[in-house]
Amino acid sequence: MKILVTVKEVAEAEDDFEIDGLDIDERYLEYDLNEWDDYAVEEAVSIAEEGDDVEVVSVTVGPERAEETVRMALAKGVDRAIRVWDDDLATAEMLDVGAKADILAAVVEEEDPDLVFTGVQANDDAFGATGVALAETIGFEWAAVVNRLDLDVEGGVASVHRELEGGVDELTDVETPAVLTIQTGINEPRYASLRGIRQAQRKPLDVKELGDYGLDSSVLETPVSRTAMYVPETESDATVFEGDAEETAGQLADLLRDKGVVEG
Amino acid sequence: MTDVLAIAEHRRGSLRDVSFELVTAGRELADARGGDLHLAVVGGDVDAFAEELNVEGVDTIYTVDEGEEFNHDVYVQVAQQLIEEVEPSTLLLPNSVNGLDYAPAVAERLGVPIVTDAIGVAGDDPLEVTREMYGSKVETTIEVDAPELVVTIRSTEWDGAEGEGSADVQSFEADVDESQVRSTVTGFEEAGGGDVDIADADVLVSVGRGIDEEENIVLVEKLAEALDATLSSSRPIVDNGWLPKNRQVGQSGKVVTPKVYIAIGISGAVQHVAGMKGSETIVAINTDPNAPINDLADYAIHDDLFDVVPALIEEFGGESPL
Repeated sequence: MKILVTVKEVAEAEDDFEIDGLDIDERYLEYDLNEWDDYAVEEAVSIAEEGDDVEVVSVTVGPERAEETVRMALAKGVDRAIRVWDDDLATAEMLDVGAKADILAAVVEEEDPDLVFTGVQANDDAFGATGVALAETIGFEWAAVVNRLDLDVEGGVASVHRELEGGVDELTDVETPAVLTIQTGINEPRYASLRGIRQAQRKPLDVKELGDYGLDSSVLETPVSRTAMYVPETESDATVFEGDAEETAGQLADLLRDKGVVEG
Repeated sequence: MTDVLAIAEHRRGSLRDVSFELVTAGRELADARGGDLHLAVVGGDVDAFAEELNVEGVDTIYTVDEGEEFNHDVYVQVAQQLIEEVEPSTLLLPNSVNGLDYAPAVAERLGVPIVTDAIGVAGDDPLEVTREMYGSKVETTIEVDAPELVVTIRSTEWDGAEGEGSADVQSFEADVDESQVRSTVTGFEEAGGGDVDIADADVLVSVGRGIDEEENIVLVEKLAEALDATLSSSRPIVDNGWLPKNRQVGQSGKVVTPKVYIAIGISGAVQHVAGMKGSETIVAINTDPNAPINDLADYAIHDDLFDVVPALIEEFGGESPL
């Protein structure tokens, strides 16, 4: 069995930042493995550990900088990694959902996995759409926002819990092959061990261009563009308690007593 | 091609609030483009749902009698057939867990762009969608220069539509190919974790990522005890297994409306805010004065929780455990 896990290196903005044009100034961004993808990696790796002959391959679309993130996935137990990047991708203004799905679909066609795991969404732009769009493109069945997975490999069924709003899970049986978008909390992602990190250096990490998959820059054409980015006007009209911790705690204590919700 | 088609959401016999918010957003958009607003409801007791959904602003309601509960394989097919019938410029869907389980597939099948989690939609051509990025730190304008598209809207960003409507209610016969239905919903399960109901509490001491380590949870437990309050949390605390699921406030947890909500080390991600913004009084203790939680807070302390919380425990005669 083969599991393909899509991973994304995401940018997080520092508390204080400046906007430069249509994005946050690079100086104020820190990069890391997308939180949801960390859970997707763990889910795939733990299935591989429990089963016989399960290969876990990760794929990312991203620049050379993203290799750090990819190596992290390898260190956690992914067997092999693919990074798709070329000049056309580097100069694309925006990778919209359709473009991502088309690129990943080409990778799926080449790799022929039984399961594809994606994170529910990415920390940075939070579109939350790539996994389901990919499933439709490649003709796989799917389930979005999975927080529990029981796999019946021989029966070709993934029994999942989908985390709905309001503390309710939906129980669904999904035919495989399938794309599952993995929710945080489904497992406990491991930390990479030193041994894992050493091993990761020797694991294959192939860099592919769009052309390697028979794609060209037309796959990146999109009617969707970002035309503005700005800091929303603060709506805060909070009363700020000033002073050292004892003083602010004292003011808060007075407030709670005034409200009559505490004794003492 | 200026019409808007929205598809309502229901679960276990009830329409979800976002269905009525879709009407408000859809009406705005249809007016801006000079078109009609069509609303469809798929599965369940569609006639009763249609009656409920017949609020001000809806031009047509399509009832599609297919199944009881949401199934994405059915919804994708029905959406596609409704679009062929109605020919809308915009398909408007909820940015809910179920909305995101079929909206991207519909867009992909039709070969049209999708923009998710909209918090604003301006009707000019091209359509401009407002959405957030980087954990609500910034807003962006996304322009879509296409004759047709799919947009999902964030819940509670638009008011729910009310008032008596005069929609034309029609039954729509969908032709669902069962061989393309490859998933089966077998049931529902409530989150467990004991018998504490955080929704009943007058005062909630709620803890988030800022608590850093599991062994620090004892600090907020002690505060809750000193205040005779109930302990709740944001999602990461539950994901980490530091508190049980029934303590989680937010979209995927509980919606709470206590007299006082004390958010400790919680930045205020939108999913969390959805669960606590109805609280009477909100207090935020957070080192970051720009954290989104401050937009909601009535009172704020911009200081280290590891200094403030022990002092607060002592104010109420307790002793800090750290």
